[in-house]
Amino acid sequence: MSTTAIATARERHVDVETRETYLNHDYSWKSWLLTVDHKRIAILYLITIVFFLSIGGLFAGLIRLELLTPKGDLLDAETYNKVFTMHGAVMIFFFVIPGVPAILGNFVLPLMLGARDVAFPKLNLASWYIFVVGGLLTLIVAATGGVDTGWTFYTPYSSTYSNTRVAETAIMVFITGFSSILTGLNFMITIHKMRAPGLTWFRLPLFVWASYATSLINVLATPVLAITVMLLALERIFGIGIFDPKAGGDPVLFQHMFWFYSHPAVYIMILPAMGVISELIAAFSRKRIFGYSFVAFSSLAIAVLGFLVWGHHMFVSGQSAYAGLVFSFLTVLIAVPTAVKIFNWTATLYQGSVEFATPFLYAMAFMGLFLIGGVTGLFLAAMGLDIHMHDNYFVVAHFHYVMVGGMVTAFLGGLHYWWPKMWGRMYSETAGKFGAVVVFVGFNLTFFPQFIVGYMGMPRRYHAYADEFQVLNVLSTAGAGILGFGYFIAGMNLLLSIKFGKVVTDPNPWGATGLEWQTQTPPIPHNFDVTPRVTEEAYAYHGKETTVVH
Amino acid sequence: MFKDRLPWYLPSASTFAPQVDALHWFLVILSAVITVGIFVAMVFLAIRYRRRPGVAPGGIEGSLRLELLWSFIPLVLALGIFAWGAKVYFYAMKPPKDVMDFYVSGKQWMWKIQHPTGQREINTMHVPLGRAVRCTMTSEDVLHSFWIPAFRMKKDVVPGRYTELWFQPTQTGKFHLFCAEYCGTLHSGMVGYVYVMEPEEYQRWLSGNVGDPPEVAGAKLFENMRCVTCHAAGAGQRGPVLDGIFGTTVALKGGGEVLVNEEYVRESILHPLAKVVNGFEPVMPTYEGQLGEEEIMQLVAFIKSLKPPAGATK
Repeated sequence: MSTTAIATARERHVDVETRETYLNHDYSWKSWLLTVDHKRIAILYLITIVFFLSIGGLFAGLIRLELLTPKGDLLDAETYNKVFTMHGAVMIFFFVIPGVPAILGNFVLPLMLGARDVAFPKLNLASWYIFVVGGLLTLIVAATGGVDTGWTFYTPYSSTYSNTRVAETAIMVFITGFSSILTGLNFMITIHKMRAPGLTWFRLPLFVWASYATSLINVLATPVLAITVMLLALERIFGIGIFDPKAGGDPVLFQHMFWFYSHPAVYIMILPAMGVISELIAAFSRKRIFGYSFVAFSSLAIAVLGFLVWGHHMFVSGQSAYAGLVFSFLTVLIAVPTAVKIFNWTATLYQGSVEFATPFLYAMAFMGLFLIGGVTGLFLAAMGLDIHMHDNYFVVAHFHYVMVGGMVTAFLGGLHYWWPKMWGRMYSETAGKFGAVVVFVGFNLTFFPQFIVGYMGMPRRYHAYADEFQVLNVLSTAGAGILGFGYFIAGMNLLLSIKFGKVVTDPNPWGATGLEWQTQTPPIPHNFDVTPRVTEEAYAYHGKETTVVH
Repeated sequence: MFKDRLPWYLPSASTFAPQVDALHWFLVILSAVITVGIFVAMVFLAIRYRRRPGVAPGGIEGSLRLELLWSFIPLVLALGIFAWGAKVYFYAMKPPKDVMDFYVSGKQWMWKIQHPTGQREINTMHVPLGRAVRCTMTSEDVLHSFWIPAFRMKKDVVPGRYTELWFQPTQTGKFHLFCAEYCGTLHSGMVGYVYVMEPEEYQRWLSGNVGDPPEVAGAKLFENMRCVTCHAAGAGQRGPVLDGIFGTTVALKGGGEVLVNEEYVRESILHPLAKVVNGFEPVMPTYEGQLGEEEIMQLVAFIKSLKPPAGATK
């Protein structure tokens, strides 16, 4: 295969229109908007999620521009507060949480299982509609008044004092949560009931294990968010007095309820990403993931432990010190299954046959960035240090390293990996590599200075800040520009390849294992002509060479 | 030109700060070693085992010994970090016996601070070098958080209850005070300074800024609000005599008991029927709406200062 950016005219048109694929068998609006094909639903999610990602990114740009100078001179205080609130809410609820499961999970999971579709295809479409309705209404609320409570909605500011559209936003979040719950349910049942003959649990690709653990959290934790925001909306509208101390309520109760969901939520964000990394490392080193069962069980361990640590967001909230001890102890334990994954991924490379294709570059970037995000979590888990670090920019840097450096990097890697399967087109490898490198450099320049400026005393959610923090903020904003440019290159490369990329008809362009690579590229609407039978373990490379080189 | 735009260093200006910093720098070094170590190992392995024609990948798929090793070592490190962090936290939870009692009230968007000797400040706090300062704090509206980075000390202030922090400054100087819990429009304007002064200078500052000490102001309130009507021994007594009651444990009507601390005194003033002392009727009226948080703090200071009556046994 060649690596020129734009394919020749002949390469573009070869045999594309003669085979039936899930893309070409019906071009009507109705066939897309009323589809029950998991692959089309994945594409619908891709379009809408990238849209919300861009909006969230725009807000991020405004924040970084404002923070170039110590004074609040670009935006007034109330607008800035709305901008950082919307940046958080849009990114978290409409990009990071749904991102990998809704796009990559939806497309790839049934294929990996050798199934025709998910267990409940119509429910799958309903999930998308709920997501879109929730998201669009949230943007309408943002445009007609907005909300300025921070995405964390702490009471009593949000329940009593804020003059913005808190109740409406809370209701939007309530609605959108059902998208996650239904998708989680759908995936769990699909994995239990629709595996191809011979595909036992321990023959499953690790992306499936990760998706299963994620779905568990989705189904168990999201209802708590629903209840929490519902109570917030009721207090806001009717003043029932659950959180307002003047009415006998307890503002800290909100924090317990909110974080009971929102901490497991971060594992919803990262576990699917880790599943993607397992796939990428196996495929691009042509080796079974080292310690397969340990990696599989570590996903479940992280999911379970993740429910027990929410109080580590509350060490200085007035929470009992003894409760804090329990939360800190359980939090540091999560380092163990996480470390197991990192070590196993690294060990997989030993005696591998490594190809430095774009998806693998993203996998390596993930390893470095997620590692930094993870170890800085230990700083915050240590109670005595958290007294100083809580609510300063160190925390902001930590969670961006894991969410953006972790999830977004893995998401991009997975997108590049399964892209030829999704579209029957290949992107430019040169642009792909370039984008990955620019993203890695830009990301570190944006967020590493924030660790330093946070420790030095800069609080988060500050519109104006003390003069001595300026230089590090300028570096961070410069990095944000580079990062944005990197994402633009990566996104454009993928987008343009749909029309101009080299046509791919090989079912297995990467020479990887996995049932998704045993079927047509792009797949036929019902995935497999004949239900496959599985007789081998996952990643059965068996020390075989490949002639595939990119 | 750049000097005041650079965070050169953060002063370590309290007895707590070096303990926090020791843990911090240990974690920085540990993290650097782990991150660089693994990243370099990964890059090295990826390059060393890059795809080459004629070279097949190996078949090694796992090693129980390695799995146990790299589970056990992170576990030990994690538990060590937990234990060290807990130790540092508990130092901050236990103020020494000899403290200066300050009262802090946060409200959108200012910090109101009251000295034990009565001086009041807004957004500034003058303290003497070398004495432990304990701040009993609350909020008059939403959540705020009282943070002095140079002391590494922070605690949220919560409406409806008291929270507490303490510090002992070890350097004179002027140190940032920031609100660290988002509280609305002017959250980033809810800032000020802590001034640590040599003891003689602090005394001079005090005498230049007079005011009633909180317990004296509280005594006046106790009189003006007619608390003495019910809380004095004699024919009209309807509530417990308060002399020496602070710090003791009292039995409650209906069973149970409660420690008479700042929180209970505040609750008794605002929600008097919540925990009635055994032997008395639930007849105390509430003072909610009549007394603000600062006045309640003055009453707390007054009740704290009351000694047990002469010859009384308890």
